[in-house]
Amino acid sequence: MIYFDNAATSWPKPPGVAKAMVHFLNDVGANPGRSAHRLAVESGRIVYNAREAVAELFNAPNPLRVVFGSNATEALNLALCGLLRPGDHVITTSMEHNSVMRPLRALEQQGVEVTVVRCSPEGFLDPADVEAAVLPDTAMITLNHASNVVGTILPIAETGEIARRHGLLLLVDAAQTAGAYPIDVETDKIDLLAFTGHKSLCGPMGTGGLVIGERVDEKRMELPKRGGTGSRSEHEEQPDFLPDMCESGTPNAVGLAGLEAGLQWVLEQGVETIRAHEVELTQRLIDGLGDIPGLAVYGGLDATRQTATVSFNITGMEPSEVGLRLDEEYGILCRVGLHCAPAAHKTIGTFPVGTVRFGLGVFNTLEEVDIAVSAADELAREA
Amino acid sequence: MTSNQYAVILVYSTSHALRAEKVLAEVGISCKLIPVPRHLSSDCGVCVRIQRADQETALESLEAARVEIEGIHEI
Repeated sequence: MIYFDNAATSWPKPPGVAKAMVHFLNDVGANPGRSAHRLAVESGRIVYNAREAVAELFNAPNPLRVVFGSNATEALNLALCGLLRPGDHVITTSMEHNSVMRPLRALEQQGVEVTVVRCSPEGFLDPADVEAAVLPDTAMITLNHASNVVGTILPIAETGEIARRHGLLLLVDAAQTAGAYPIDVETDKIDLLAFTGHKSLCGPMGTGGLVIGERVDEKRMELPKRGGTGSRSEHEEQPDFLPDMCESGTPNAVGLAGLEAGLQWVLEQGVETIRAHEVELTQRLIDGLGDIPGLAVYGGLDATRQTATVSFNITGMEPSEVGLRLDEEYGILCRVGLHCAPAAHKTIGTFPVGTVRFGLGVFNTLEEVDIAVSAADELAREA
Repeated sequence: MTSNQYAVILVYSTSHALRAEKVLAEVGISCKLIPVPRHLSSDCGVCVRIQRADQETALESLEAARVEIEGIHEI
């Protein structure tokens, strides 16, 4: 079996991940940040260590401004719905996932003005188009770091420059890049970084969060939920400091134990090393698929300008059929269809049919890529 | 335990206490996270207990690392 669905969730995980979660369940178990006995403190320490590891990976100066939640979607909702107000203008791109588009369309109904900057058919963004879209009421620019459909990397550092120049906040959706591509919130000038734990950070599902920069005034954030935090228990009002204000209710501490182990693994390998391996795999895949008659590969066709996610279609065969046959006949597991990103498909010209998506990951090999290319070649000949 | 041997640093949350613990460890100050004594605060969380002799260095280190504290009390 070949697992090529890492863009949806990474698998397998480094061995330390399951081990850390088993250790948490069997030996720690207590509620972090609630009681003050030794196990509660140990549980809190595991969660805190995960915060520190996130801060280290993204070069965020203060681990207490790392807020955990269930996934990148929750983090994006917190940032968008928490900071944008009726009358504000927000700029985004035509390569976004619905995790950004749906909150924005809902905010639009409440009086937030949304501009979607068009990307090229290859999925690239010209930062000049972003700057041209800035209006007097613009409050924020939000964009994904890389497309979940074609993997194209968007110019976050250049966009960060534009945001600073105009006094705007930059929110980056790093679901597809965190752990697989270098991110530095300082040099990239990112004010809000939404990440998921279960993709290239190698953690379990149900983990993710938001890194909140110093330029963001958390006191003006509208919170989606309020409740127990283990702090300020004498007050019936929500605490107004990070991370507690954004983390009401018992967290997924067992998941965060796994995420912490995943982060440590990523830090030990080094993102640059992981990236180099994935670039090698991706270029081999792009070149191999590109040689097949009747098969169209989308995106920039340059591994150095994209993640390890490659979308393609075979002329005369629906993506759903390609996916089914790859699974049943070749044991290759991938994703087909629209990948929750209709705007991105309209941009690259694959709406509403969608694509076949190979999401490679750090544990894939060149041999697996070659097997998959042969399989796609056989299917294309039959189509 | 002799009385008035310790000082406790009150912080906003367990996350702050754990950050303080790391910062103090880096400058060689040993500390223990303990439940907040009831007479100091009605909070249900933890605070950072240190040796009284370490108070000054501890406060300087925490300030340098920008860990906000609610107060410090000798116990």
